[in-house]
Amino acid sequence: MLGRIFSTDHKVIGKQYFFLALFSVLVGVVLSVFMRLHLIYPDMKVRLFELLWPTGAAGGIMTPELYLSIMTMHGTLMVFFVLTTAPQGGFGNYFLPLQIGAADMAFPRLNALSFWTTFAALLVLLGAFFVPGGAPLGGWTAYPPLSAVGEVAGPGQGDGMDMWILSIALFSIASLLNSINFITTVLELRAPGMTLMRMPLTVWGWFTTAIISLLAFAVLLAAGLLLLLDRWGGTSFFLPSGLVLSDRVLNHSGGSPILWQHLFWFFGHPEVYIAILPGMGLISTILSVNSRRPVFGYKAMVGAMLVIAFLGFAVWGHHMFISGMSPYSSIAFSVLTMTVGVPSAIKTFNWLGTLWGGKLRLNVAMLFALGFVSLFVAGGITGIFLGQPAMDLYLHDTYFVVGHFHLIMGVAAVFAMFAGTYYWFPKMYGRMMNETIGKIHFYITFLGVYGIFVPMHVAGFAGNPRRYSDFKEFEFLADLTRVHTFISHTSFTVAAVQLLFVFNLFWSMWRGARAAVNPWEATTLEWTVPSPPPHDNFGGAEVMVHHGPYEYSVPGAASDRVMQTEEKRS
Amino acid sequence: MLLGILIWALALVTAGLFLARNWFPPAINEHARMFDSQFQVTLLLTGGIFLLAQAALGFVILRARKREKATHSEGNNRMEVVWTVATAVLFVAAAAMSTRIFAGVHLAPVPKDALRVEALAKQFSWSFRYPGPDGKYGRLDVKQVNDASGNPFGKDADDPVGNDDIVTAALRVPAGKDVELMLRGRDVIHNFFVRELRLKQDVVPGMLIPLRFRADVPGTYEVACSELCGLGHHLMRTVLIVMPPEEFAAWERDALDQLKQAQAP
Repeated sequence: MLGRIFSTDHKVIGKQYFFLALFSVLVGVVLSVFMRLHLIYPDMKVRLFELLWPTGAAGGIMTPELYLSIMTMHGTLMVFFVLTTAPQGGFGNYFLPLQIGAADMAFPRLNALSFWTTFAALLVLLGAFFVPGGAPLGGWTAYPPLSAVGEVAGPGQGDGMDMWILSIALFSIASLLNSINFITTVLELRAPGMTLMRMPLTVWGWFTTAIISLLAFAVLLAAGLLLLLDRWGGTSFFLPSGLVLSDRVLNHSGGSPILWQHLFWFFGHPEVYIAILPGMGLISTILSVNSRRPVFGYKAMVGAMLVIAFLGFAVWGHHMFISGMSPYSSIAFSVLTMTVGVPSAIKTFNWLGTLWGGKLRLNVAMLFALGFVSLFVAGGITGIFLGQPAMDLYLHDTYFVVGHFHLIMGVAAVFAMFAGTYYWFPKMYGRMMNETIGKIHFYITFLGVYGIFVPMHVAGFAGNPRRYSDFKEFEFLADLTRVHTFISHTSFTVAAVQLLFVFNLFWSMWRGARAAVNPWEATTLEWTVPSPPPHDNFGGAEVMVHHGPYEYSVPGAASDRVMQTEEKRS
Repeated sequence: MLLGILIWALALVTAGLFLARNWFPPAINEHARMFDSQFQVTLLLTGGIFLLAQAALGFVILRARKREKATHSEGNNRMEVVWTVATAVLFVAAAAMSTRIFAGVHLAPVPKDALRVEALAKQFSWSFRYPGPDGKYGRLDVKQVNDASGNPFGKDADDPVGNDDIVTAALRVPAGKDVELMLRGRDVIHNFFVRELRLKQDVVPGMLIPLRFRADVPGTYEVACSELCGLGHHLMRTVLIVMPPEEFAAWERDALDQLKQAQAP
């Protein structure tokens, strides 16, 4: 039993990551529903709030500090424990060895260690709700001095903030271990014939993500340790002299709050690509399989991923146009930011190119993949506003930004996860998920996320600042009541519909129709082994790869697909 | 089939919502008008790309049902080059166009006769300090900071230069005059944001950050803190009051008189 829980099998670890992310996303969604409820009915007494937070919501009314701590936890859970965890730790762990013809990851025990470190990080984070003062209220970006001076800056900035930093440090360590494992596995364990340019784009996505993680999480870990030192070691990395809080002069000097922003966003921007690159690879695959056409411009897709990974490290300053950083830096970062938009545009064009002459099979995985493309365009294109420092003079920190990053980094990435779940579930459990429930889930969710996040953009046009726990103080925000009411009610609907997905997932595990070995008629290696695959994946057989990953509708071929393992006819 | 139509409908509704009304407050100076026109150019560019991409996506979904068999193509290098160059040129051009507007705020020289005002942000309120007739600010001493006795800046009582410094809770400026606002923080990061000026700047403790503007239209405009600063972030409000020049002069005289009376032994 213990052996099964602390397994070193990459497939078990992949599922463990997947369910950790599923748990986190459910908590994160519930927290967002609480926020949306409070925003439109700030004076409504909610018994549930009082039950969960007897002090923070005494009498059922959420205090501003409780609102902000829920917001901080929502962001932290979603960014780290969902968007970083499910695509890479979950699907990556399960399918990377299968797709390259390996029996396991390069370092199976290291793999288990990184999962359990992530698990500990999650427990520590959730623990922040239960310490005196509650969870931190500084947002997932944890800007000092707010995050560095302790409880005097607000409840939750004491013990809760320490828990947050500890959790992120653990998470960073886990991600570093994980990325070393992924990089080594891709470089060392590919089956004979699996050249780099025969790797499925999913593998390219996991590989580039691992490289980004290795470089980015190291910096986040260092920044977190510096912040802890400022809080407990008497240092002043992020704290200047002359700070006065509650009429008390603090004994710090010589530091800069902006230094944190540089370190944080040096991680934080690449983090966006950590969340989306595995999804990009997966979407390319699903579009190709279900339109029975090769991925249009495979080499350009690989190149675009590598360029995104590289340029992703040169654009962090676009989060800081308004920070007080040198205006010359802002202008330089602006131009670099515009260039990182180019490879994303290339990917979109190539997805359309893949679909263009295709015979589309609109199964649920394909619907989510098509929805992904639509949302990726909708969320990505507004980056052209935010990449201009002049536009940030108004739009920075408004709901326009909230709408932008939720569409591109949140919902688009989540659509890729849904697509991945519907696509790979048959391989993981040997059963099919229910297509009818899946379609209802898709259509309501797709319509709903547009309904939630597009109106946020216009609230941003009106100047609505984000991270406000209610909108009562400002006259100009009264105009937006109808917009926010619409957003909240739509979000309740979308949140409720996710229960259909959870039901479908668990019901199908036991009651779904039996799945064939290769139900989608795909060509990659995971579809050549039984569902679910045995412990050593290929039963000890030597895997030989003869073809690229996307040979569909090849003229002269016997069927409309050529498996990667199919021997070439001489 | 349904999805293709749905994507078209969502794209049109999105465009409709953006264009349904002018969501922005009125612009009250030249910079704000330049911002608005650059915004419209960007909206046109991105809106065009958005609608074209969604139209194409909807189209392939609608058409694909009728197809007997998929065609075969592994890509087209010339097309890759064309759309790479085209998007690069469009995106970088958008950035280049707006650089002038940003530079106008942060890099253009401040006229000598500009009104100088200091802003102080703290959890969760604003204070403003005018140097008075001598044009000089008094010394500050962090140990003398005391909100209860009306000394948020920490004006040093021993420095006579500070005797004519006016400290207020709202920002008053004369219409049509250049203003150089020096932003000062003393606890956590805040942000000075006036919608009608299309201007936003973080206030960072340990830094003195200049922000220059000119407001042409008299009126009262809300200032909203736009960087998370703690549990009272949503309450951190003050107003910018743009006054006709003669009214502003009268207000300044009154404020100085009151200051003198308060200091009289």
